[in-house]
Amino acid sequence: MSLVSLAMAGGFALILIGLYGALNNRNILRIIIAFTVANTGVHLVLVAVGYMAGRSAPILDAAVPVEQASALIIDPVPQALVLTAIVIGLGVTALMLAYALRLYASRQTLDISKFTELKW
Amino acid sequence: MTSRLLTLVFLAGLAVLFGQLMSGYSPDAELNLTADYYARHAAPDLGSPNIVTAIIVTYRGLDTLGEVTVLFLTAAIVALVLSHGRVAQTARAPKPLPAGELLQTGSRLLAPLILLFGIYVFTNGHLSPGGGFQGGAILASAVLLLLLTDPMRRFSHSLISRIESTAGLLFVGIGLLGLLLAGGFLDGRFLPLGGFGALISAGAIPLIYSLIGLKVGAEFSSMLLSLSETEDKS
Repeated sequence: MSLVSLAMAGGFALILIGLYGALNNRNILRIIIAFTVANTGVHLVLVAVGYMAGRSAPILDAAVPVEQASALIIDPVPQALVLTAIVIGLGVTALMLAYALRLYASRQTLDISKFTELKW
Repeated sequence: MTSRLLTLVFLAGLAVLFGQLMSGYSPDAELNLTADYYARHAAPDLGSPNIVTAIIVTYRGLDTLGEVTVLFLTAAIVALVLSHGRVAQTARAPKPLPAGELLQTGSRLLAPLILLFGIYVFTNGHLSPGGGFQGGAILASAVLLLLLTDPMRRFSHSLISRIESTAGLLFVGIGLLGLLLAGGFLDGRFLPLGGFGALISAGAIPLIYSLIGLKVGAEFSSMLLSLSETEDKS
């Protein structure tokens, strides 16, 4: 199994684990943590897609001269995408935590089955 | 129980899908067209050795502006959501135990060093791995350390929001300067490119990334402060 498929399988596994946790837990904090696990899995898969065996990081220096850059570096675009995704993921997590705090303040509980207003 | 079964069926289906995706995947042997363009042109055109930085700050600079805006919105919504009802809670919360000697001395020693490291990371974003978002997160981790040491500690909200809005305005201002003096919005080539690999080089990229670093650090800090201030009153 190559490094890429290993990283990709790990990423997909993290996505599945995260979704399982998000769907099967009742505690809101656990659901939030499960979502961040799934989020990490997505990042891992994206970075793995940009990886190319035997190439170096997309930073030019003495080992990667400018003229041969396109033959020596891995794909920089997924890395830039993942950088964006990490930051947005953090923002989403912060929002979820803030809402969790508010929900706890209103009901004194974090059990999601106690919040039934939007249930049908 | 049926809901757990349904979950497992759903996840099994997803796993089959992922398996299909993986078995059909073969890594590229060559860079694709876009990546190849970036690899060939980032260094000669923009003078930035770190190609990821060149993409984030210049080629896709508008996306980064949007990203910073999303973070700003998040910080604002967190503050708004948490400020509701903060007054209603009584002030009978017990004073937390003082942090240990080790944590207090350690944070006094480490906080300035962490701030310095954060600044190092975002000023060197065009040369080495790192950049504004990473550096900003490191700056906010210094604030987190101080909050851990003394949860009742208060930071000046007006200072933080002033740093944030100044950095944001300067970011957009530099973008407009690029529109006027160089090739387009957020084009940093109105400043000299300088020596390849030097700290002061690559046009406006280090400047823009430093502003992003300050802005992100201020936004993360204000989120941490909002969360912490709610916690110690409920």
